[in-house]
Amino acid sequence: MDHRLDFSVLLRGDYPKWILDGVITMFELTLAAWLLAMALGTMLAVARMSNVRIAKIAVAIYVEYHQNVPMLVQVFLWYFGIPALLPLPWQQWINAHNSAFVLAFIAAGLCMAAYVSEGLRGGIRSIPKSQLEAARAIGLSYLQAARLVVVPQALRIALPTLVSYTVLLFKNTSLAMAIGVAELTYATREIESQSFRTVEIYLLSTVIYLGFSMVIMKAGTFLEGRYRIRAR
Amino acid sequence: MDSILLILRDYGTLLLVGQYPNGPLGGLAVTLLLSLLGLTLAFPIGVVMALARLSPFRWLRWPAIALVYVARGVPLLMFIFWVYFFVPLLIGRTVTGFTTMVVTLVIYQAAYLSEIVRSGIEGMPKGQAEAARALGLSYIQTMRRVILPQALYNMIPALVSQFVSTIKETSLGYVISVNEVTFAAMQINSSLMTQPFQVYFILAAIYFCLCFSLTQLARFLEGRITSRREGSRQSVVAVVSPSTTTTATAA
Repeated sequence: MDHRLDFSVLLRGDYPKWILDGVITMFELTLAAWLLAMALGTMLAVARMSNVRIAKIAVAIYVEYHQNVPMLVQVFLWYFGIPALLPLPWQQWINAHNSAFVLAFIAAGLCMAAYVSEGLRGGIRSIPKSQLEAARAIGLSYLQAARLVVVPQALRIALPTLVSYTVLLFKNTSLAMAIGVAELTYATREIESQSFRTVEIYLLSTVIYLGFSMVIMKAGTFLEGRYRIRAR
Repeated sequence: MDSILLILRDYGTLLLVGQYPNGPLGGLAVTLLLSLLGLTLAFPIGVVMALARLSPFRWLRWPAIALVYVARGVPLLMFIFWVYFFVPLLIGRTVTGFTTMVVTLVIYQAAYLSEIVRSGIEGMPKGQAEAARALGLSYIQTMRRVILPQALYNMIPALVSQFVSTIKETSLGYVISVNEVTFAAMQINSSLMTQPFQVYFILAAIYFCLCFSLTQLARFLEGRITSRREGSRQSVVAVVSPSTTTTATAA
C-alpha cells in the first residue's frame, strides 16, 4: 500500500468550503434536535410522572417506539413517509423548501426526546418520595418542593446520562446523510468520491467527530464536578 | 390498512428472507444473522478488552481505553466507511457488504461490551477475588472459575439489550447496500413508488416487534436475577442493568 498522506489535497478547490459547510450543518442539526429533545423530553417525563393514566400510557408507547426502532428507519419514515400522507399542495411546499434538514432534525429530536425523558425519569425516581413529603410538611408548595428540593438533586443524578445521550445525538446526526442532508459525513463521501484521497478525508472527519464528542464529554464531567454536592 | 396487507402479501417473503431460495438470502434473516454474528464474535474480544482495562499494566490498559473512546465518539457510519475502504486494502481483495458490516459491528460492539463486562467485574465484591487468591488460585483461575461466571450471569440482561442495539445498528448496512431488511424495504419502496408511508411503517413495525420483545425479555431477566440474588444471600451483588448501561448505542 504505497500511499503517502497529503492533507494539502483537502485545501484544493471547493473542498474546504464543503467541509466547513458540513461541520456547520452538523452543528445546526445537533443543536436544533437537542433543543427539541430536551424540551419535549422534559414534558414527557413530567407527563409520565403524573397521575393521569392515559398520559402515562401514551408516553410509555412513545418511548418504547422510539427506543425500539432504528433511528435510520425513523428518519426514513419522516422523510419519505410523512410528506406522502399530507395533501398535495403541502407536499409541494415541503419539497420546495429544503425539507430534508427539517425532517432530519424532527426525526432525531423526537427520537432523542424519548431517551431524555427516560434519563430524567430515572433521576427523579432515585429521589426518595419522603423528601417531597418532608418538603411539603415544612410548608413548601408542591412547585417549590419540586423546584428547590427534588429537581436540583434529580438533575445532578441524571446529568451523566443526559451527557451521553447528547453525544449519541451528535453521532446520530450523521444518519441525515442517508436522506441527502449535506452534513459532515455527506461532505466526506462527496470529497472522497471526487478526490480519491480516502485516508486523508476520512481521517480528518473522524478526528472532527471524535474531537467534538470529547468536548461534549469533558463539558459533562466539568458540569458534574461544578455542581457536585460535597459531603460535609 | 388494506394497502399494508397488500404490500405484506406481495412482498412479505422479500422482507423476511429476501430472494431465498431462488436467490441470495436477505431481509430480516440477514438482519438477525448480522446481529447474532456481530455480537457473538464481539463478546470474547469484549471480555479480553475488559480484562485489559482492569489490568495493572499501562500498555494493556491504554489501547483498550482508546478503542472505547473512539467507539463512543465516532458515528457508526464512519466506522462502516473505514472498514469498507480499508479491509480490502489490508487483505488485498474485495469483501462483501455483509463481511464489512460484520467486521464493523464486531469492532464497535467489542468496545461497548467491554464496558459492560468491566462494570460486571467491578460490581463483584472485592472479597471474592481476594479469597480466591488466598486459596491459591492463580489470577487466570480466579477470573475463569470465580469472578467471570458470576459477573457474566449478572450481565445477561445487559447483553440482551446490547443485542437490541446491534439489531438497530445493522440497519446502517443499508448505506453500503447490505441486503438486510431496511435495504429490502428501500427496494420495495422504489418498485411501488406510491406508498412510502405504508412501506416504512411496516419496516418500523418489524423492528419494533423484534426489539420490543427482546427489551421485555431483558427486563424480565433483570427482575429475576435481582430477586434471586436478593433471596439467596445477604450481600446483594449488583446486576448489570440494561437501564444503567445503555451506554449510548442506539443507532
